[in-house]
Amino acid sequence: MFSLFVEQLLNGLQSGVMLFLMASGLTLVFGVMGLINLAHGSLYMVGAFACAAVAAWTGSFWLGLVASLMAAALAGALVEMLIIRRLYNRDHLDQVLATFALILIFSEGTRWIFGSFPLFLSVPEFLTGTVILPGDVEYPLFRFAIIIAGFVVAAGLFLLIGKTRLGIRIRAGEADRGMIAALGVNIDRLYTIVFALGAALAGLAGAFVGTTQSVQVGMGEPVLILAFVVIVIGGIGSIKGALIGSLLVGFTDTMGRFLLPHAFATFLDPSSATAIGSALASMLIYIVMALVLFLRPSGLFGTEA
Amino acid sequence: MTMNRETLINSILAITLIAVPLIALGMDEPFIITLATKVAIFAMAGVGLNLVLGYGGLVSFGHAAFFGIGGYAAGILASHALNYEPIMSWPFELEGTTQMIIIWIVALIASALIALAIGAITLRTSGVYFIMITLAFAQMIYYFAISWPAYGGEDGLSIYVRNGFPGLNTLDPISFFALCAVMLGIAMAFSAVLIRSRFGLALQGARQNTQRMTAVGIAPFRIRLVAFVISAMITALAGALYADLNRFVSPSMLSWHMSGEIMVFVILGGVGRLFGPLAGAGLYIILEHLLGGVWEFWQLPLGVLLLIVVLFARGGLVGVLAGERKHA
Repeated sequence: MFSLFVEQLLNGLQSGVMLFLMASGLTLVFGVMGLINLAHGSLYMVGAFACAAVAAWTGSFWLGLVASLMAAALAGALVEMLIIRRLYNRDHLDQVLATFALILIFSEGTRWIFGSFPLFLSVPEFLTGTVILPGDVEYPLFRFAIIIAGFVVAAGLFLLIGKTRLGIRIRAGEADRGMIAALGVNIDRLYTIVFALGAALAGLAGAFVGTTQSVQVGMGEPVLILAFVVIVIGGIGSIKGALIGSLLVGFTDTMGRFLLPHAFATFLDPSSATAIGSALASMLIYIVMALVLFLRPSGLFGTEA
Repeated sequence: MTMNRETLINSILAITLIAVPLIALGMDEPFIITLATKVAIFAMAGVGLNLVLGYGGLVSFGHAAFFGIGGYAAGILASHALNYEPIMSWPFELEGTTQMIIIWIVALIASALIALAIGAITLRTSGVYFIMITLAFAQMIYYFAISWPAYGGEDGLSIYVRNGFPGLNTLDPISFFALCAVMLGIAMAFSAVLIRSRFGLALQGARQNTQRMTAVGIAPFRIRLVAFVISAMITALAGALYADLNRFVSPSMLSWHMSGEIMVFVILGGVGRLFGPLAGAGLYIILEHLLGGVWEFWQLPLGVLLLIVVLFARGGLVGVLAGERKHA
């Protein structure tokens, strides 16, 4: 029971870290460009498909991973320059509609190229097997590696935003985009870079998660909606909020699904305990979100409502 | 002059909706009648959304929740009636029903209560937060429907015989179409009266300038909440009809994709225009039918078209034809 508990905790951590890779791009794009991008989940899907296709073609998961980053960044940059750029000065309704249209295009396009059947990504040879953690807890090595990789990327992102010249420009863009344009920063290029960066993070998350699940059209949307919940909880535009929100959502969702049926089983018969427990668990993160919003309408780290 | 042009277009839309199924009846093409019924139902769902989206400026991305609640009201009540199982036996006995009128009343009450709860939380926020949170609440209900096994869970629920309406054979396609068209007409007439009333003016005022509205002594929150509830009720009624059209209800009626589609009907036709949802739903169904017949991946050109409408034709179909922008 103890090892199962720790395993679920780690699963929660893994889903939280992957959510952060999605949510950070979403929140950056919103913070800097003021754009709500529904097609972010499509970039996640693009990353997963690129990884699966290249890994199957070359036989190397690592080349697949590189491909996922490049394909998603490229798709992101292209979409930004062709379409998204025209939406910055539009209202949110136009942004929602245009990016919804992009989802249709991406999903149907992918279905056209790859077909409707899911693809499978296999774990690289030396990451198969399990790792023994303190307390005799066995955990799949690949999932453990994903957690580490996710944290490394997250740390890299914080360094990029906090310490580099690009990061300073991104933060300045969030604060006052007119001013940094006046100071001679090429604002169009900055926007393209931010969008491509967010896309690359989403694509990477897609490749990682695609390895533990299956790669299929429509895989991006459930994650996108979770990422929305995350940035609403964390406060839109805040990277720190995205991190806290991701971990909170990851843990709440995983532990809720694990613990609630057990909790109900203490006073209900097993079948109805499973039914009520799992139904309630599927709603749990939204209840948490409603609670956070009730107390702080602009999220934990949000600045404006 | 331009107003007259919009009125002319509206009349053409209304006449087309009624004429097409009648011609189809003469040519013995029941499938066309079913398509027209679908247009009427989707248009009605759009009329509901248009109230908050077009006139209230509130971008609700979760109206599938209400569409699905209406659908499940029909599915659940009918399944209890057909299985002779009471919905509850304590504290009082409550039976299922196959009468549409009772189903509609239940759908209206259930959607109003849930919209009141969702609206009370979501309307505290605005802008992007509102979009995301309405979406998230709809997803919550969607996942609940999937994981709750009593009413079919992921597989959905079949309605073996279409529910009844007094004095009407609802199984006859043209009769059911007539019923749906009349309901659409009532919803549009109600919506037209509502937006011209004091309440409707206050709702539009709150969209145009919230601060000024507050300054003249009208609380935008309450106006918006009432509009959100009414809008949800209209969409739920459309959902109940849709379940009866398909004789089937499943969680896909609650999915975010459905919310997006209802929004597309409104935008494609023209935001904040009375006949916009009808034009949009009609165009959508025609495209689905034509493109879907030619190419399996018809949503790809649909996406491109939608993108073009958003980027270049901002008044939607009615807006382009009437040659006039509704609001800046």
